[in-house]
Amino acid sequence: MATQVAEKIALEITHRALGLSDDQVLEMYWAMLLARRLDERMWILHRPHLVAFHISGIGHEAAQVGAAFALKRGYDYAHPYYRDMATVLTLGMTPRDLMLALFGRQGEPSSNGRQMPSHFGSRALNIVSGSSPVATQIPQAAGIAFAIKYKKTDQVVLTCFGEGSTAEGDFHEGLNWAGIHTLPVIFLCQNNQYAISVPAAKQMAVPNVADRARAYGIPGVIVDGNDVLDVYGAMRDAVARARRGQGATLIEAKTYRPVPHSSDDDDRTYRSRAEVEEWKKRDPILRMQEYLTRVNLLNAQKIVESDARAKQVVDDADEFARNAPYPPAEAALGNVWGQVKS
Amino acid sequence: MAIKTFLESIRDTMHDEMARDERVFVLGEDVGVTGGVFRATEGLYEKFGADRAIDTPLAELSIIGIAIGAAAVGMRPIAEIQFADFIHPAFDQIVNEAAKMRYRSNAGWECPLVIRTPYGGGVHGGLYHSQSIEAFFCHSPGLYVVAPSTPRDAKGLLLSAIRNPDPVLFLEHKKLYRSIKGEVPDGEYTIPLGRADVKRAGSDITAIAYGAMLHETLNAAEQLAREGIEVEVVDLRTLFPLDRETILTSVRKTSKVCIIHEDTKTMGLGAEVAAIISEEAFGDLDAPIRRVTGPDLPGIPFNETGEHAFLPNAEKIATALRELARY
Repeated sequence: MATQVAEKIALEITHRALGLSDDQVLEMYWAMLLARRLDERMWILHRPHLVAFHISGIGHEAAQVGAAFALKRGYDYAHPYYRDMATVLTLGMTPRDLMLALFGRQGEPSSNGRQMPSHFGSRALNIVSGSSPVATQIPQAAGIAFAIKYKKTDQVVLTCFGEGSTAEGDFHEGLNWAGIHTLPVIFLCQNNQYAISVPAAKQMAVPNVADRARAYGIPGVIVDGNDVLDVYGAMRDAVARARRGQGATLIEAKTYRPVPHSSDDDDRTYRSRAEVEEWKKRDPILRMQEYLTRVNLLNAQKIVESDARAKQVVDDADEFARNAPYPPAEAALGNVWGQVKS
Repeated sequence: MAIKTFLESIRDTMHDEMARDERVFVLGEDVGVTGGVFRATEGLYEKFGADRAIDTPLAELSIIGIAIGAAAVGMRPIAEIQFADFIHPAFDQIVNEAAKMRYRSNAGWECPLVIRTPYGGGVHGGLYHSQSIEAFFCHSPGLYVVAPSTPRDAKGLLLSAIRNPDPVLFLEHKKLYRSIKGEVPDGEYTIPLGRADVKRAGSDITAIAYGAMLHETLNAAEQLAREGIEVEVVDLRTLFPLDRETILTSVRKTSKVCIIHEDTKTMGLGAEVAAIISEEAFGDLDAPIRRVTGPDLPGIPFNETGEHAFLPNAEKIATALRELARY
C-alpha cells in the first residue's frame, strides 16, 4: 500500500514537477488525440480519392504537442514542417482550417488552397509559411531569431524537421548561424528514422542527430519523442535558455512514423511489418493514456468520451470543408506582388 | 547635385536609408569591418555597428535564408552576394522561398528583401568572377530583377528596392563601379521598379540594353549619329517584370530593333524582348530583330583576347546597327 502511494506521488510529479497543471496535461492529451483522429480521417478521405493528397503526422503527436506547448501562442514564432499537424493545432489552427487545406477550399488560412495540404502558415498565429523542399525553414528560423535579437524582445522561434533534413546544407548553415550569434531558436528534429524509404543509418554516420549540435557550439538534447512530457521538459528548458539570451538548442525527439510517408508511398517496400507493429506498442497516444490513467486523470469511460468528442469535431471539420466552395479561378492570379507602403 | 561614381551612389544610398530606417541592415561576406571587397558597404560598420553591418560565414544559402527569415518578421535586410557567380547555392532560397513567400501564403507573409550582387565581365574575372546571372532569375515571378546603369538610376532604384515589399535581386555591373561617374540628385527620390528609360532619343533604330552594355550602346549610337543614323537607346533598368510599354512605344517609332546584352545569347533577356516585340508590334517592323550578345559559351575566359572575343562592345554594336540601318 505504502509503495503504491509513493509510486503514485512519484508519477504525479512527472507533469507537476514540470510546472504543468492537471488541466494542462489533459489539454495536451486532447491536442494529441484530436491531431490523431483528424489525421486518421484524412487517410480515410484519401482512399476513395475524395482528396488528392495527405501527408501524415501520426506517431509524432507527443513530439509536436510537447514542443508547441512550451511556446507562448501568437507571441513566439513557429516555422513548422509538413508533419506538424499537432504543432499547429496546439498553436491555434483549427480542425476546420486543416480540413479546408486537405480539400483545397476557399478560405483556407495557410494559402487559400494554393499549397498542398500541411504547408502551414498563419500571420495571426506567428506560424511562418513553409514550402516543400526540406530544411529551407531552418536558416529562415535562425533569421527570425536574428531579428528578435536585434529588436531585443524575449520571443523565441521553434522550427521543426525530420532527420532526413539534417543532411541538407540548410540545416548545417542554419545551426552555424544560431551558434555564432547565440540566437533564440529551438531546432526540433522529429527523428522518425526514415527519409521516405532511406533509414537513418544510410543518412548519417553518427548515431544521433543531437551529436551534430557540438559542431555548432550549441547543446544537443535527446528525448523520447513518444513521451510528451519528456519532450515538453526539454523544450521548456530550451525555451528558457533562449529567452535568457543563452542561445539555441537542438532537440532530437526519437520517434517513429507507423504509416507511409504520404498517401503516395507504400512503406511495405522498405520495412518489415514486424518493425512497424513493434513501434505501435509505443504509440504516444497509448502511452499518454496509460500515464493519465495511472495518475487518475483518465479512465476507460473518459477515454471513450474524449474519443466521441474528437469524432464530433472531426466530423464537423470534414463536413464543413467538404461543402466549402473552391476558390474562383481568378483567385489564382492575385497576390503575386505587393503594394509599396511609405 | 553631386558627381558620384556608380559605387559611391550605391554606398551613399545605403548610408542614407540605414540612417532613415532602423529596420534596414546589411549582411554578407566581408561587408562589415572591411566594407566589402568592392568597398560598397564601406563605413556602414563604423556608423551603424556590428548589429547592422554583419560579416557572415562564407555560406551563400544562409546569407539569403537568414535574410528571408528576418524580412518575414519586419526587418529590411540588404544581403550582399560577393560575386553573382557565387549566388547559385542560394538559388533555392531565392526562387523557392523568397520569390514565392507572398503567393504561397496568399499574402499572409511577405519578404521585403534586397539581394545586391556584382555581376558581369570585362575586369579579367575569368569564368567565376564575370557571370551574368539575370536570365536564371528572370524566370521567377514574385522576384524583381533590377540592373541599373547610371549612378542616378542606381540611387533611385536601390531606394525603391529597399522599400519594396517583395524581394529584389539588385544587379550591379562591377565594371561600372568606378568607371562610370554621373550626376546624382541630392535628397530622397525613388525610381519605380518596372520602368525602362529612354537614355537617348532617336528615330531610325531602337537599341535596347542594360547594365554595362548600355554605355557601349550609347557609344555606338554616338558613332552612328556622326554618320547620320539616329539611334534611340532604351535602358531596361528593371529586367523582370519588363516595361513592355516603353519597349513597344520606341519600336513603333523606329521600326527597327537591336537588343544588346552581355549574357549568353540563347534564352537570354533578348529572346524575351524579341518575343514581346514579335507578338505586339510585328506589323511595325521593317527589319528582322537583331541581337548582339555574348556567345553561347560556358564562361568568359580570363585572358585578354578571350575576354575581348566574348564581350560585346561599341564596335560590335555599331556594326550591327549599321547593318540594320541599311536593311
